[in-house]
Amino acid sequence: MNLEYSDAQKAFRDEVRAFLADNLPERLTDKGRGMRGLTKADHEEWHAILHKKGWLAANWPKEHGGAAFDAIQRHILEDEMTRAGAPRIVPFGIAMLGPVLQKFGSKEQQDRYLPRILNGDDWWCQGYSEPGAGSDLASLRCEAVRDGDHYIVNGQKTWTTLGQHANMIFCLVRTSKEGKPQAGISFLLIDMDTPGVEVRPIVLIDGGAEVNEVWFSDVRVPVENLVGEENKGWTYAKYLLTHERTNIAGVGFANAGLDSLKRIARLEDDGDRKLIENPHFAARLARLEIDLMAMETTNLRVVSAAAARQAPGAESSMLKVKGTIIRQEINALTKTAVGPYAMPFQSEAVDGANEAPVGPDHAAKATGAYLNNRKLSIYGGSNEVQRTIIAKTMLEL
Amino acid sequence: MNFDLSDEGRMLQDGLRRYLTDAYTPDARRAAVADGFSADIWSGLAEMGVIGALFTEAQGGFGGTGFDIALVFEEMGRAGAVDPLIDTGLLGGGLLAKAGRDDLLETVIAGEMQLALAHTEPGGRYDLSRVTTTATQDGEGWVLAGRKAVVVNAPAADMIVVSARTSGSTGDADGIALFLVDASHLTLAPYPLVGGGMASEIVLDDVKLPADALLGGAGDGLAMLVEVQARATLAVCAEALGLMEAIRALTVDYLKTRKQFGQPIGKFQVLQHRMADVLIEIEQARSAVINLAGNLDGDDRDLHLHATKNLIGEVAKLVVEESIQMHGGIGVTEEYDLGHLAKRLTMVDHRFGDALYHLERFIALRAA
Ligand SMILES: Cc1cc2nc3c(=O)[nH]c(=O)nc-3n(C[C@H](O)[C@H](O)[C@H](O)COP(=O)(O)OP(=O)(O)OC[C@H]3O[C@@H](n4cnc5c(N)ncnc54)[C@H](O)[C@@H]3O)c2cc1C
Repeated sequence: MNLEYSDAQKAFRDEVRAFLADNLPERLTDKGRGMRGLTKADHEEWHAILHKKGWLAANWPKEHGGAAFDAIQRHILEDEMTRAGAPRIVPFGIAMLGPVLQKFGSKEQQDRYLPRILNGDDWWCQGYSEPGAGSDLASLRCEAVRDGDHYIVNGQKTWTTLGQHANMIFCLVRTSKEGKPQAGISFLLIDMDTPGVEVRPIVLIDGGAEVNEVWFSDVRVPVENLVGEENKGWTYAKYLLTHERTNIAGVGFANAGLDSLKRIARLEDDGDRKLIENPHFAARLARLEIDLMAMETTNLRVVSAAAARQAPGAESSMLKVKGTIIRQEINALTKTAVGPYAMPFQSEAVDGANEAPVGPDHAAKATGAYLNNRKLSIYGGSNEVQRTIIAKTMLEL
Repeated sequence: MNFDLSDEGRMLQDGLRRYLTDAYTPDARRAAVADGFSADIWSGLAEMGVIGALFTEAQGGFGGTGFDIALVFEEMGRAGAVDPLIDTGLLGGGLLAKAGRDDLLETVIAGEMQLALAHTEPGGRYDLSRVTTTATQDGEGWVLAGRKAVVVNAPAADMIVVSARTSGSTGDADGIALFLVDASHLTLAPYPLVGGGMASEIVLDDVKLPADALLGGAGDGLAMLVEVQARATLAVCAEALGLMEAIRALTVDYLKTRKQFGQPIGKFQVLQHRMADVLIEIEQARSAVINLAGNLDGDDRDLHLHATKNLIGEVAKLVVEESIQMHGGIGVTEEYDLGHLAKRLTMVDHRFGDALYHLERFIALRAA
């Protein structure tokens, strides 16, 4: 048992820190952005900086232009980037589609799409969920019917994150209604500029529009855009899910959130004391910190096991449940911390205008973040679904 | 022991529920949220006697008990109503009543005047004695200087009650006075609130007032504020209860109709148990509101005030979070009804003291 990173890992961490200090533009960090949201150009700029260093695709093998980092290195990189307040790497191309194409895609698909993901030519989004198919994803109905050397796609996807920026979408589509629902699903790559694709924004309760509905009416997709075999899409999607799970605990975000909460509690007046000196508030804050300290080690234990090539299984469900609960509680306590200034609806905080916020700067995002981050326990497999996985696989119930 | 409403109470409740159900169509609510509130619905409420129900007969109303307030605001909450009944009625109107300004109160009860209370200051949080704004005597009149934070309903208000210090310093109980200021004398920068309604920050840059702007005696400010805030706190707790009931109905409905894995999600036992817990906690919230309503004019008012507001804050958090979670993605959308109700319910903890504030006060009272 040794809680320390190895010398090589420490050296890597120092290298990451130095890189971030020199290359992460202040204006892209949480602090530098203030109230401003991230634009598409901001994301692309950060991706380009990381790509130049060769760190954009930390999880990809070298032959595809990745960094081929092991699980611990990836953890260090992600953790340092979140602590530094860097934009998160948009996961759809790098973390999700890339590994699927590398494992199941054709040589042509790999040669065409992987470089375009790295150099920012394509922005991918994920078309899995449908209005009727959420937790029960296999019941999806968006249909692709073969017509010569094309598929004709009809149906609707929803909750498509950042689809408004995307020019490409990877979709699970129904290609067969025979047998088990899982057995009739295919994995299809669709150019969103094709006639018949329509993207409509969905406004969320914080007032932001980060998700979309995507409608397909008679969209013609060349058959060479099918990944792997027809009706095997479910297998690829499941493979993708295991890869989506790095950084699932969000420890870096939680640490950044806790730091910010402490800063706010030191600034906020509470009668003749600062809020951080309020014993009831301090007790709640301490409970969160204690949970997070343990979570950090739970996370590293799972990451280490993964690095030792025991692929993360149901343990990642554990990280997801506890990690999201901690982050959501940090959001809730932050909203509490800002007091009456939680009440103004600060649209600038979501739409990126440069107006001065109502009340202190540190209060502006609290309520929006609290409301928005309710999503953490819903998407990527809801916490109820995760608990069922834990019960089945870890408890064998 | 009898937990039933009186006949008049039931009539008001039925009428109000019917009125609000009809008035708050989805479009009307959207418009009311965008504009702060709806002038039409406000007139309708006044006509039904809803504002009058908040005041005693001696004050020109026909109610004014804790149960009257609870009844009205539970219905407002159930409808997700955004009307400034707390600000114009219980805070502004309540202060006019305390100061014996029956002439103005009559206009308020008739629905013809909007009011706001400019009391909280930046950094003042929830403690009523945190007043830094000064009122300096100037010949016969007064000059006010300071800043006020999140003044709810200020943008619509005809008159704004402003608290200021004639003596002492921040945190002192003595030396706080209230002034009735014509809103046109103040510069506002209106902004919307989460969950509906409008507010403004107010900078008092040596605002000159005539002598008769003083509301009540020069040293009575804090006592008057404590009284009206107790009633407003009951109101916001009852509104929270109504919101919880509306959210519960919506969520149960959703559990019955939303199907995944070939069955309504309400068939999953894990969701059944969670919804059962939500129901249990909402019943606790109802009891807490009854406790406060019944003790509003009694000796134990403050104990119940702190207990009820603490409990409501904790239960509101649970109801908001569980209802969104059990809805899945649709629960975080603006379009669906839950969004509005959940936002309003979330904001309840930020008016008149949050759960932690009242917990500390409760402990202090019990220790005393
Ligand atoms: C902000 C946001 C971004 C998203 N981004 C994307 C995206 O980019 N691409 C994409 O494809 N999807 C995306 N999603 C969709 C997300 O994956 C789904 O919301 C999620 O799968 C849940 O599905 P649902 O919303 O239909 O809820 P439902 O599946 O209807 O669930 C409703 C409730 O029932 C519970 N439940 C369901 N089944 C069971 C069960 N068997 N046992 C116990 N409880 C159960 C759920 O946990 C939940 O509490 C996003 C969602 C959100 C909110």
